[in-house]
Amino acid sequence: MTFTLDPKIPEGSLEEKWDNHRFSNRLVNPANKRKYNIIVVGTGLAGASAAATFAELGYNVTAFTYHDSPRRAHSIAAQGGINAAKNYRNDGDSIWRLFYDTVKGGDFRSREANVHRLSQVSVEIIDQCAAQGVPFAREYGGLLDNRSFGGAQVSRTFYARGQTGQQLLLGAYQALMRQVGLGKIDLHTRTEMLDIVVKDERAVGIITRNLVTGEVKSWSSHAVVLATGGYSNVYYLSTNAMYSNASAIWRAHRKGAGFANPSFTQIHPTCIPADNEFQSKLTLMSESLRNDGRIWVPAQTDDLRTPNTISENERDYYLERRYPAFGNLVPRDVASRAAKKEVDAGRGVGQLRNGVYLDLSHAIERLGRETIEARYGNLLEMYHRITDENPYTDPMRIYPAPHYTMGGLWVDYNLMTTVPGLYAIGEANYSDHGSNRLGASALMQGLADGYFVLPNTIGEYLADYLNSDTVPIDDPSFIEAEREVNDSIDRMLSVNGSKTVDWFHRELGRIMIDECGMERSRPGLEKALSKIPELRQEFYRDVRVPGEGESLNSSLEKAGRIADFFELAELMCRDAIDREESCGAHFRIEHQTPEGEAKRNDADFSFVSVYQHTGDPSTAILHQEDLTFENVTLGQRSYK
Amino acid sequence: MKVTLKVWRQSGAEDPGRFETHKVDELSPDMSFLEMLDVLNDRISVAGGEPIEFESDCREGICGTCGLVINGQPHGPEERTATCQLHMRKFSDGDVITVEPWRAKAFSVIKDLIVDRSPFDSIIAAGGFISVPTGSASDANLIPVPKEAADAAMDAAACIGCGACVAACPNSAAQLFTAAKVAHLNLLPQGQPERYIRVTKMVDTMEQFFGSCTNHGECERACPKAISVDFIAMLNRDYISSKIKNRRLAGQQR
Repeated sequence: MTFTLDPKIPEGSLEEKWDNHRFSNRLVNPANKRKYNIIVVGTGLAGASAAATFAELGYNVTAFTYHDSPRRAHSIAAQGGINAAKNYRNDGDSIWRLFYDTVKGGDFRSREANVHRLSQVSVEIIDQCAAQGVPFAREYGGLLDNRSFGGAQVSRTFYARGQTGQQLLLGAYQALMRQVGLGKIDLHTRTEMLDIVVKDERAVGIITRNLVTGEVKSWSSHAVVLATGGYSNVYYLSTNAMYSNASAIWRAHRKGAGFANPSFTQIHPTCIPADNEFQSKLTLMSESLRNDGRIWVPAQTDDLRTPNTISENERDYYLERRYPAFGNLVPRDVASRAAKKEVDAGRGVGQLRNGVYLDLSHAIERLGRETIEARYGNLLEMYHRITDENPYTDPMRIYPAPHYTMGGLWVDYNLMTTVPGLYAIGEANYSDHGSNRLGASALMQGLADGYFVLPNTIGEYLADYLNSDTVPIDDPSFIEAEREVNDSIDRMLSVNGSKTVDWFHRELGRIMIDECGMERSRPGLEKALSKIPELRQEFYRDVRVPGEGESLNSSLEKAGRIADFFELAELMCRDAIDREESCGAHFRIEHQTPEGEAKRNDADFSFVSVYQHTGDPSTAILHQEDLTFENVTLGQRSYK
Repeated sequence: MKVTLKVWRQSGAEDPGRFETHKVDELSPDMSFLEMLDVLNDRISVAGGEPIEFESDCREGICGTCGLVINGQPHGPEERTATCQLHMRKFSDGDVITVEPWRAKAFSVIKDLIVDRSPFDSIIAAGGFISVPTGSASDANLIPVPKEAADAAMDAAACIGCGACVAACPNSAAQLFTAAKVAHLNLLPQGQPERYIRVTKMVDTMEQFFGSCTNHGECERACPKAISVDFIAMLNRDYISSKIKNRRLAGQQR
């Protein structure tokens, strides 16, 4: 398959690019839209908003989710908020500032044109969602309220208590269900995509498995959109949901879609630390807590006293000390590494000594318990339920956990992957966040892609296929893809070994968090690269997948996902070795400033790494999309 | 700690189903109830059996995927808590615990502890939305919403669609689920144009699947988000009003 990396960045000044592009793009006229069928895989924020908007425009949409309902997608767990450059606070915000903050927050490894477009449409997202009835927090005058998030010195984050993701997802879900009711969207729940079908070098459909009956089936369409989220579950313990996985994007990668920056994974600073060996996932405590919470550790190492008996002068508010300008609101990568540094130095807190304190007592003293409860009540209740500790009287314990993946399928300005007709939106693509995502920007990007970007750019591709039928599903390309899917299912079921799928997942996760987590080193990554293929071989030799393929079998579902994680994990480590610099969340200990901050190498690494699949991750071919910065000056990020 | 589980096993909707007993030991009180089931499933798999099928995704109490009837109570003994947020410390060493799927005619069992809740989606598709095609919205601050209304709407919108309300109801009614969505949208100024047609369509669809509400209030007790039954009163009020308000206005063509 040919492999071209043409980002298709439009002409004109940064502010004019999106307008110019929308004008020069070809359109499909309203009466012709019903002649097209678009497949959307995944119905979270990005997928549901795209599917609903396509249907409103008149396209026929077939949407798939492995959940029992689109409302379950993991977008629902986003807590803190969504950014938009509304400048309702009159505090100096602008589209340009949001653009600048995002490029800088991403440590100058994102595409300027995409980020600027994201900032432009951020404003429309809030309008759209408010009109849908998303119950955003309000002031007494009835106008929208805002809060601050990391990496910004303005208040531009809109929120709905601690459930912003839930409310935005329900808005998109309701818009989607409205189109289902109108017959414009054919929705298939409990159906997992297992392969992309490519014919004549373009995406023509997908293969799915019905998770209840086990039926493997082909679906044909004019274009395929993947909105299947990120891959933090490669670490086993992460803030992602249990089902979140990389299989859709990985199988697209195997069929020719370039995978960009696989090693750019975000470790979120404020999660509840692991507390027992059976831990199945980690729970996020919204970054918004850093608005009012102060982060500290005991100044002395091995100080085992209870927190409230440690006096002010025996505490080290290390973020405020090291980064006076941004204080507790430094970006996530910086906050995470700082916490790791304290814990590694023996100043960790809690029974397992694996956390730092996030202390709300000063805010409670200043604002009263009622205000804090109104702001974070549901979060604090969740914390109490999980830890059995009272966050109103004792400081909370937090520690970083894998959370979001900036890497993903490479896309051009139209959000199309290297396979014509195959698009990736939301967290599934690499795009706007560079090497570190700012808080409250994931919801913004997912909805920007789904509501406003893709519906405007997809016409350019579809226009070529007016009045052309979709490829029939008895075409050899579909039959061959179905056979491959069936073979791989049979392979998993026939091993009949002695170890469970979860055992392999835990082992893989351990390797990845140790060697390809918050800090990476060449020797560590090399070790991982020798261990992962061994573990993968053992998996195919000794995994035990009970049950059969013809009925609901969650072990079988998991087995397929873990098999893909092995290959992705290998590519992540390889990418982390290749990138001989530190940038954002990618921190190579060999490349740091004397103060221990990430040290970029702009001369040699100002590019996006895009991998082409060859059959084995170890031989994937590296391509580069050079990043040019015409509107921001590259500098060392400083939050001091 | 150790517990004895009596778990419901059922291969599909046609199978009558039965309880299966498992002793589970070497547990930590800090683990969650679902992590305890993970451990049990691991052991069943290694011993050559078929693991117990149950659903859970976010394990943070927000996605609404999980839901088990534990000792006869939907989501178990802890108030305002989804199954995934329930921890073993709420049980005593040696307890016998029964685990069943949601029991309701509208929610047929798919396998073991997994049920089909798709009727909820049908209720939303019937009218649980505000019709606003992408791009057609005005500036967000052009529609001021009194804080009290926004807060009440948010209280209703907090519903996670888990189905515990139906499972707890002696009539298997879905009034609380439906009322929560109707109230969320009908309390807001943006929801007014479709207010009465919305309530009619949602209630009519609900009644195709679910039983009728007779004010037991079990739903509110079982709800992990403590959605108030007051919203059901609002649903009923709007439904009755709709019978008058949905008449054609004078001069309108049919």
